[in-house]
Amino acid sequence: MGIEGIGARVARKEDKRFITGKGRYTDDMSVPGMKHAAFVRSPHAHAVIKGIDTSEAKKMPGVIGVLAGAEMKTDGIGSLICGWMIHSKDGSPMNMGDWRPLAETKVRYVGDAVAIVVADTKAQARDAAEAVKVDYEVLPAVTSAVDALKPGAPQIHDNAPGNQIYDWEIGDLDAVDKAIASAAHVTTLDIVNNRLVPNAMEPRAALGVYDEAEDHYTCWTTSQNPHVARLVMSAFYNVAPENKLRVIAPDVGGGFGSKIYIYPEEITCLWASKKTGVPVKWVADRTESFLTDAHGRDHVTTIKMAFDADNKITALKADTIANLGAYMSLFSSVVPTYLHAILYSGQYVIPAIHCNMRTAYTNTVPVDAYRGAGRPETTYALERVVETAARELGVSPAELRRKNFIREWPYQTPVILQYDSGDYEASLDAAMKAADYDGFPERKAEAESRGKKRGIGMSCYIEACGIAPSQAIGSLGAGVGLWESAEIRVNAVGTVEILTGSHSHGQGHETTFAQLVSDRFGVPIDSVSVVHGDTDKVQMGMGTYGSRSGPVGMSAVVKALDKVEKKAKMIAAHLLEADESDIVIENGQVKVAGTDKALGWHEVALNAYTAHNLPADMEPGLKETAFFDPANFSFPAGCHICEVEVDPDTGKVEIVQFVASDDFGNIINPMIVEGQVHGGLAQGIGQALLENASYDPETGQLLTASYMDYTMPRADDLPSYHVSNTVTPSPLNPLGIKGCGEAGAIGSPPALINAITDAIGNNNLNMPATPQRVWAAINAA
Amino acid sequence: MYETHYHRAGSVDEATKLMADAEGGKYVAGGQTLIPTMKQRLAAPDSLIDLRHIADLKGVTVNGKDVRIGAGTPHAEVAGSTQLQAVCPGICYLAGHIGDPHVRHMGTIGGSIANNDPAADYPSAMLALDATIHTSKREISAGDFFIGMFETALEEDEIVTAVSFTAPDKCAYSKFPNPASRYAMAGVFVAKSGDGVRVGVTGAGMDGVFRWEEAEAALASDFSAAALDGLSVNAGDMLEDMHGSSEYRANLVKVMAKRAVAAIS
Repeated sequence: MGIEGIGARVARKEDKRFITGKGRYTDDMSVPGMKHAAFVRSPHAHAVIKGIDTSEAKKMPGVIGVLAGAEMKTDGIGSLICGWMIHSKDGSPMNMGDWRPLAETKVRYVGDAVAIVVADTKAQARDAAEAVKVDYEVLPAVTSAVDALKPGAPQIHDNAPGNQIYDWEIGDLDAVDKAIASAAHVTTLDIVNNRLVPNAMEPRAALGVYDEAEDHYTCWTTSQNPHVARLVMSAFYNVAPENKLRVIAPDVGGGFGSKIYIYPEEITCLWASKKTGVPVKWVADRTESFLTDAHGRDHVTTIKMAFDADNKITALKADTIANLGAYMSLFSSVVPTYLHAILYSGQYVIPAIHCNMRTAYTNTVPVDAYRGAGRPETTYALERVVETAARELGVSPAELRRKNFIREWPYQTPVILQYDSGDYEASLDAAMKAADYDGFPERKAEAESRGKKRGIGMSCYIEACGIAPSQAIGSLGAGVGLWESAEIRVNAVGTVEILTGSHSHGQGHETTFAQLVSDRFGVPIDSVSVVHGDTDKVQMGMGTYGSRSGPVGMSAVVKALDKVEKKAKMIAAHLLEADESDIVIENGQVKVAGTDKALGWHEVALNAYTAHNLPADMEPGLKETAFFDPANFSFPAGCHICEVEVDPDTGKVEIVQFVASDDFGNIINPMIVEGQVHGGLAQGIGQALLENASYDPETGQLLTASYMDYTMPRADDLPSYHVSNTVTPSPLNPLGIKGCGEAGAIGSPPALINAITDAIGNNNLNMPATPQRVWAAINAA
Repeated sequence: MYETHYHRAGSVDEATKLMADAEGGKYVAGGQTLIPTMKQRLAAPDSLIDLRHIADLKGVTVNGKDVRIGAGTPHAEVAGSTQLQAVCPGICYLAGHIGDPHVRHMGTIGGSIANNDPAADYPSAMLALDATIHTSKREISAGDFFIGMFETALEEDEIVTAVSFTAPDKCAYSKFPNPASRYAMAGVFVAKSGDGVRVGVTGAGMDGVFRWEEAEAALASDFSAAALDGLSVNAGDMLEDMHGSSEYRANLVKVMAKRAVAAIS
């Protein structure tokens, strides 16, 4: 592998600039003549706009322009779209309500943008935004999806009667109902998957620059996928044709899904730049981030699991209502369907599965993919019902799982997916050993002597990464393909540039992608640069989300490396007068195997560019491009075990140990993978113990709109983790990797809640398990 | 933040004069509440009169059991005072658990008690220690100083200059923090001295900080956590929000009181 190759624990190259405060984010970008924007936002959750008076605001100091939605519509700027068509079970297409970047006739959530003010300074823009007078006729609001689907609920979009977006199903309902009717035991659970605010460290931002001389636009923005942003802004929002629109996502400080989507602000900044004749920058403040970043989760589910007399699972039935907020965000429709319901087999052989999914509009900010995107919701429901069933059946939760594990791969589930590879028992055994699962009763007794309630819980999760293949997802309604592209440029001196359509916003691609090159050609990673995030530099890409940079993005790099290697070997064979099949690359040398005939890597590169002595008909240069479209998702899986102590007097939960044994397939950089797991676990523990986005049900105001009320995990809320890996390589990509970005957030919540409910002896507990809730549950038990 | 005028006072007299001359002025000490509120555009004083550079307002003085803390003393200095630790460790512990390190190095005791946030820590100690609040105009006993939520006996231009108290024989503070803000959901300061026991409760009461007199009486005759077993505060008098029902807060008051007592008995 070499000291910097595949599998090496290499320190992250990019951290030097990040930890010394020298990262370059969108807000660090400055261009001559740049001015500042503030948005006028709705203070109401639901209201008709009867008029917008900008006259006072236009007279305020420093104001360059005040622009509202009607003008934008006249200019032909399109409405925001959801890029994945889902059909209801009756065959009708989903009801997509109109989402104008600047609302003209109606506002549908607190924070909905109504107008943009451009001024010399940010403070002046904000002052003037307050002077824009919007005449609202306030309407009743609804914030819960369950309430929104009830008769008589406020109607949010005219084309979505009863606020229903779709009523979708998957699986064999008859088979499931028959299995439940004839089951020896059925476990039923009503659960809520709490709504979360993504809270990326860097708030969203956009800098729109219109160049009149070239009739060309440039947009710096906080995006996880700048090419998709360009495509959508060009093809659907009519901002500019693709060849006249450059999107740059420079350093981006975290996304967790929330920066996949194209929001009203970047479109509006580009349009406003042309309208006002000045470059326009907008940076969200933290309150705007809470109010307008797409939230995550928000499911209400009834789940049933049926067993035969031998405790084998015979059926699973899930019935869910999901909240998609006021508008359909870019990928919102697919998160509760093809990223959620098709995972309901979990790690188990389940002959019959059915999931019904109803989604609703509410007067809340749109809900879309957030770290895990649908799979945490599945895993939480599934792993809680399995653990509950074990308690009801009086058997060990580990043994009940073990009895039902899938043991042969590839495994075809009843709900579309075919799992690539795995060894679920290996993860379970490793986690139980690390957690000293068998020693738990003694620890519980010892805790009891100190007045503490100790509990243990587990979760055996599976998830799906690197959503693919393009042809299949197209048939399921996707508006795009989900391949990835890469270009390898070997420079004349042998240094290498990787151009990738993946985007790093914390994942460490500048290191891990470089390790692939180091592994292949023996060059130090310092001689390898990763270029990403700029549509003018990288030809095309689909971006980073769904843990796809490894299984898909890196696979494209490998394909391009294969081509470069082939050409380099042809050049070397020609120069060394050897047969191409005898050429090997070792330690930075291109050699004839078994001889001392060798060229330095840099000599081969130089020859490719001097072109003085190349094989006949060979083009000069050493630069190759590849696209990779995987044949299937990859399926990381693992076992998380959590042990807690609960203070019965206050309901406070202390995590005394957390063990994660994960199978991510082959690993490129173990340190970075551990970092991803730690971060994912922090977010999963945050969801289970701390975080909750709460709207006032009457007024639709976001009650948790700051860190005074929204509990972000802090260091002292989190334990030291015990993480380890088992490895079954994925057969579906050249590196055998499965993806690791989301597993921590997917596997951990049910393990934690299972541990708490075990400790307190009451299974009726929803996330987040705040001290108040746990205390109430103890006293209700 | 809206535009405001900044004035730096070099003395208490200068500060009160600046206030008299200003329209819609506000004193700022550590600014740990006022500045964020201004940044959110929820407060918009025309003038800020900065008390941070008045030397007379700073420092901790301990003379035997007599303690005086200048109003401009930041929490970190109270937390770290070895003299204070020797005679009244409970208040050092309290100061060391306010907010986070940034807050503790900026926020001051005078600012905290003048603001009288119902979830602030210091007011509970002031009540339990029977402290005297010194101002630019007079001396006020803690019992008369705290009137209600965010309400004190201070007049508009009056400045807290110091607090003083006699160190008790024993004291302890026990707090259950709000998981998000880390303000007290219930913070109980218990002080035992020759005169008896005083119990100050913050974070929980609907009218702000209060003395739990029933607990004081019970502890005066039996200073043990068990002495509180049969007692409870009325849930109807407690705050209620998404983080804690009034019943939960009533429970926390009792649990925190027992823990404070247990720590020193």
